[in-house]
Amino acid sequence: MIMADEMKLVNVKVNGIPVAAPIGTTILDAAHMAGVKIPTLCYLKGTNEVGDCRLCLVESTKARGLVASCMYPLSAMDEGAEIKTNTPVILESRKRTLELILSTHERKCLSCVRSGNCELQKLCKEYGVDDEKLYDGYRNEFELDTTAVHMVRDNNKCILCRRCVGACDNIQGLGIIGANNRGFASFIGCAFDKGLGETSCIHCGQCIVACPTGALYEKDDTAKIEAAIADPEKLVIVQPAPSIRATLGEEFGLPIGTDVEGKMATAFRRLGFDKIFDTDFGADLTIMEESAELIERVQKGGALPMITSCSPGWVKYCETYYPEQIGHLSTCKSPQQMFGAVTKTYYAEKLGIDPKNIFTVGVMPCTAKKFEVTRDQSAVPGVMDVDVSITTRELARMIKRHDIDFTALPDGSFDDPLGESTGAAVIFGVTGGVMEAALRTAVEKLTGETLEKVEFNEVRGFDGIKEATYNVAGTEIKVAVASGLKNAKVLMDQIEAGTSPYTFIEIMGCPGGCINGGGQPLVDSMVRNFVDVRALRANALYANDAAKTLRKSHENPSIKKIYEEYFAEPGSHKAHEILHCSYVKRSIN
Amino acid sequence: MGADKKAVPFKGTEEQKQQLLEMIAGLKNERGALMPILQKAQDIYGYLPIEVQTMISDETGIPLEKIYGVATFYSQFSLYPKGKNQISVCLGTACYVKGSGDVYNKLMEKLGIEGGQCTPDGKFSLDACRCIGACGLAPVMTINGEVYGKLTADMLDGILAKYE
Ligand code: SF4
Ligand code: SF4
Ligand code: SF4
Ligand code: FES
Repeated sequence: MIMADEMKLVNVKVNGIPVAAPIGTTILDAAHMAGVKIPTLCYLKGTNEVGDCRLCLVESTKARGLVASCMYPLSAMDEGAEIKTNTPVILESRKRTLELILSTHERKCLSCVRSGNCELQKLCKEYGVDDEKLYDGYRNEFELDTTAVHMVRDNNKCILCRRCVGACDNIQGLGIIGANNRGFASFIGCAFDKGLGETSCIHCGQCIVACPTGALYEKDDTAKIEAAIADPEKLVIVQPAPSIRATLGEEFGLPIGTDVEGKMATAFRRLGFDKIFDTDFGADLTIMEESAELIERVQKGGALPMITSCSPGWVKYCETYYPEQIGHLSTCKSPQQMFGAVTKTYYAEKLGIDPKNIFTVGVMPCTAKKFEVTRDQSAVPGVMDVDVSITTRELARMIKRHDIDFTALPDGSFDDPLGESTGAAVIFGVTGGVMEAALRTAVEKLTGETLEKVEFNEVRGFDGIKEATYNVAGTEIKVAVASGLKNAKVLMDQIEAGTSPYTFIEIMGCPGGCINGGGQPLVDSMVRNFVDVRALRANALYANDAAKTLRKSHENPSIKKIYEEYFAEPGSHKAHEILHCSYVKRSIN
Repeated sequence: MGADKKAVPFKGTEEQKQQLLEMIAGLKNERGALMPILQKAQDIYGYLPIEVQTMISDETGIPLEKIYGVATFYSQFSLYPKGKNQISVCLGTACYVKGSGDVYNKLMEKLGIEGGQCTPDGKFSLDACRCIGACGLAPVMTINGEVYGKLTADMLDGILAKYE
């Protein structure tokens, strides 16, 4: 709710351009309204608002000295202020700030994973840093932290902006990382300087996408894929998650929210994958199993609310912070793992080849998927369901180094049978999408009637927690959807207290869901602070769904066939052996 | 990652634990409770090892890293117990120019610990201090309050041997 006071406007001029901004607006935002772009480095809206780096300094006739525009809310006292953002004094101060940051920075741009999209590098160029070693002196040297399965921390490139700390703490509510020690000795790390892999980090990668520099990056697994493709013994299968088609284009300069499904399929073909399938098939299969599980729990009195289990960061969070509640998790494997399990069983048998010779690759929006593939839940003993899981960023890197001119590619298509999918599957990539897809199937199953309208708008959008009540065949079903673990915590505390009113809950570990996952293309904070990247990416998925003729998982012909030929029916014994899993209780570290 | 932290086996008693839990129960619902909790915990145990910080984290719900961040930010907190024998090397100006820095480094090397730490057997802890007013004897150190002056690195073995 907007308070009456905030509706009052204050009139200021930014570099001579008049702007009327609501009281409480920061100078940074007011400048944006006036079309003036002030550089920022530590500021990441909603994630890290600490005013530490001093890069965004401006002058105002109503304030003394230079002020940090990201942390300066305009009040009635600022009426009539003349704000200047580009005087010689300010430009000089920004340049010096950057030079001081560089004095303790390991400057290895040529071999750095972030070169070309590093915010520090970009700002140094824009603000005319002409001597990177001007203030060189003693610099701390740090060992790389490679202990976590999904990522590396290289503190030699850390500029102590704390955006990663804000992501882990303010967005995820975990506080796994923070600043240790003081002054010159301080660095970002874990409690008792343990490696990240020894902590309860849930591998979400939100710290990586928050970082402006090359200090944090995913472990690159692309070489394993190239080796498998080069091996004539191996049948190499690729499955991209629903959200990849909505984000991959950004890596090649296309506008945020461009659907590149067709070009992506062609790129896979040119990379040399043998079969271009789709995690969307796995998503449709998940809906078949999960809706059957939900109906069974409701009818036979199983643990309710049932909670989705597609998001491996969320699953590990539940196992660690709510170990007594793991019975609420759906036993369904995630779409990635279901899909992998199907390639090593049904598909291997169909082709008559040894599952050991099938190499299945997931392309995921998510660094936690690298953890998920290591979970002990294989359908075929000794054979991993999914061999390697890479992020959108790694896929883009692979495409670039294989001489593929992505934007010029013709559209291609997926292979049969595991490349066929419905609109229900593609919206899995956004918060509320799994819920909506499940409802499309569960409601038709329960009522026996065809849905007139397949959209469930109540569960769309980017509120941290969404709720809705549906009357299905005479029964009230109350559902909730949460994304980001701080929001998940609210719903979990209700369950722990025995006060949860819901039947079915969808939780995704990253705020906004997979389209905003920790493995997605990096977006400069100066864009992220003003544009809702999640909404743009989600629109691409909703449009993809709307354009499809088949929009309900149970209508997918290949899904019908796999049940006819192999699983008999959702929740069958065979389905349980291959498509479901169990969870473990973990302690907090 | 930071410096390797040498662990001294934790010897907390049941009585200390009860004291800690009562203290936390009394404070935890107040705003900004972490600082007073850490101060009182250090009064109870003399230092703040991982075992104590973990209990504080479990009881308050504050992530361990947050507690550790505060404990390592303020110099009033120590992660290490004091040794049976407490060595303190003067790094004041007079001692420093006469080479107390070398003595300090040599002691770290011999004891295998960093300044501020305690040997795993609990025998020696090592700290640096400001001028103790014995500049005439520079460089100086004290062990359990006893002053040793005009130090050179090769005197250290003999001195340490007296405390073994
Ligand atoms: S972090 Fe940025 S500035 Fe530093 S080496 Fe990498 S690209 Fe260069
Ligand atoms: S990956 Fe997620 S849980 Fe782990 S440190 Fe980063 S933000 Fe925190
Ligand atoms: S690791 Fe990255 S996000 Fe975290 S403090 Fe360092 S530079 Fe900032
Ligand atoms: S102080 Fe404003 S961006 Fe860092």
